[in-house]
Amino acid sequence: MKSLTILFGVVRRNKKALLGFVMLLGFLFMATLGRVVVPLSMDSNYALRFQAPSFSHPLGTDYAGRDTWALIVHGSTDVLLIAFCTGFFATLIAILVGMLAGLSGGWVDLVLMRIVDVLLTIPQFPIMAIFAALFRINNPVSFGLILALWSWPVLAAAIRAQVLSLKQKEFIEVCIIMNLPMRHIIFKELLPNMVPFIAINFINSARGAITASVGIMLLGLVPLSVTNWGMMLNLATVSTGAIFVPHAYGYVFAPIFFIVMLQYSLICFTSGLEELFDPRLRR
Amino acid sequence: MKLFFKRLGIALFTIFVTLVITFVLLRAMPGDIVTTRAMELNVQQGIPFSQAMEMAKAQLNYDPTVPMYIQFVGYVSNLLSGNLGESLTYRVPVLDIVKMALPWTLFLCSISLFFSFLTGCLIGLVVAWFREWKWLDTIATFLATVTQAVPDFLIGVLLLVIFGINLRWFPLRGAYSIDVTPGANFPFIISVLYHAILPAMAFICCSAGSWMLSMKAIAGSILSEDYINVARAKGLQQKRILVHYLGRNAIIPMIPGFIVALGGMLGGSIFTETIFGYPGLGYFFGRAVGTRDFVLIQGLLLLTTVAIIFLNFFADIIYAWIDPRIKQE
Repeated sequence: MKSLTILFGVVRRNKKALLGFVMLLGFLFMATLGRVVVPLSMDSNYALRFQAPSFSHPLGTDYAGRDTWALIVHGSTDVLLIAFCTGFFATLIAILVGMLAGLSGGWVDLVLMRIVDVLLTIPQFPIMAIFAALFRINNPVSFGLILALWSWPVLAAAIRAQVLSLKQKEFIEVCIIMNLPMRHIIFKELLPNMVPFIAINFINSARGAITASVGIMLLGLVPLSVTNWGMMLNLATVSTGAIFVPHAYGYVFAPIFFIVMLQYSLICFTSGLEELFDPRLRR
Repeated sequence: MKLFFKRLGIALFTIFVTLVITFVLLRAMPGDIVTTRAMELNVQQGIPFSQAMEMAKAQLNYDPTVPMYIQFVGYVSNLLSGNLGESLTYRVPVLDIVKMALPWTLFLCSISLFFSFLTGCLIGLVVAWFREWKWLDTIATFLATVTQAVPDFLIGVLLLVIFGINLRWFPLRGAYSIDVTPGANFPFIISVLYHAILPAMAFICCSAGSWMLSMKAIAGSILSEDYINVARAKGLQQKRILVHYLGRNAIIPMIPGFIVALGGMLGGSIFTETIFGYPGLGYFFGRAVGTRDFVLIQGLLLLTTVAIIFLNFFADIIYAWIDPRIKQE
């Protein structure tokens, strides 16, 4: 409840954050209630294929005459689910590794940070594409997990740095002198101080996951449902040649537009958060 | 010098780990890839299974019956002699594919990076210089945020549809037209530049914004330094302050980022190159993953990573050379 109050505080004080938040709510609404409100018929009707936007099909139709708007609405669930899973798993791994490295120090720290360095060097998109394609991913959750395996190192290094600097602060030293359990230090002292920071990074890895998952699906390496925005792009640009059909612009541009809007809402929301937590950025 | 050797040590260590990863990658894949490959050969070319099995082992350079460490020694010694194996789908040595594809990727990456860096820095400098014009800052920052929201390959699709397919201003695929003969002749060079415009634009559009933002921040902080005030108080020409006092000092911290970004581009070029059918490393990488060409995947991943390691190493050294404070750490 307290975190909700803080969230509304952020949104009230910062216009950018408000814009991002409202748009995000719109996407969440689309992914949950939208599925129920907007019916999707998967029947193909080739007489109606590649139609331009019209009153009955606000975003036109796809290669099989299905309504693009309905595809977008039903696909949003998968897109958000992949983004959320990546953000969740990446943050979880990063907190574990960062805390472990920062708190234990010594050779554990050294080994973990070497691993982080190596993972940061290996190009992300290629290795994600390899894993996603060769492990034959077929559902959003495992796709999110695969992407998360390669998106945690930056956050882990940052959390370690935060732990190292917080360790020097008096309130942590007091805890150590009072012999409070490690559990208490981690969950009651360290983590609450990093919440804003972790929240921002959670959103950033979710954003990265949207880009990566759409790109990998665009190449046709991970075949998920045809409603997924990345799959729609793959079908439009590669498989069905919709990009060459003049009337099909609704089908080609709709997924691009919604991906960009989703990314933009996340960027606005995080930059609002950053300004709030780092007063130097306020003007 | 001590720093140099420390960085070199880290770079070499990272290369070693990458070797292990590419080595393990092939062996950790779900399913028995040797048997799968042997079955493919068995069906496609009608080779008896036992013989196909031997062929598959040779092609993949992977014999599951030999102990791991001997396999690894064999893998590394092959690499050291410049043998990256033979592509399963293209039937040519991986090294040949790399030799063919690498120049295209380097060309495309360097021109796009150069122009995005140039435009980004110039706009950032101008925005910081005219600080009192609030609207300029607002517009530039807004545009930078929006363009950062778009992955470059999506801008690529947009540009392809608008300028390639509908307006027919630019070619859709490839690195040069089939009408010209490759070589140092004028029509070839024009054709190469012409084909590079759309893919390069896709990258420039979405990365110039981030250069702009960091340039604006750096230039903004330099403008409040004392030596700028001194220069102003001395009554130096505005142009001189802008170019020699502000511009020169602001560009220095950006240079290591430029080198690191080149490494990042090598890894990120899969999507853009595939969309434009541009025959660079990324294009072949995408194809290799799609066709499960393990040997090619292994070779390309290794080479890209090694290139990135070298570029990062280079950036570190340059950074220490530019900024002596780093050395003291």
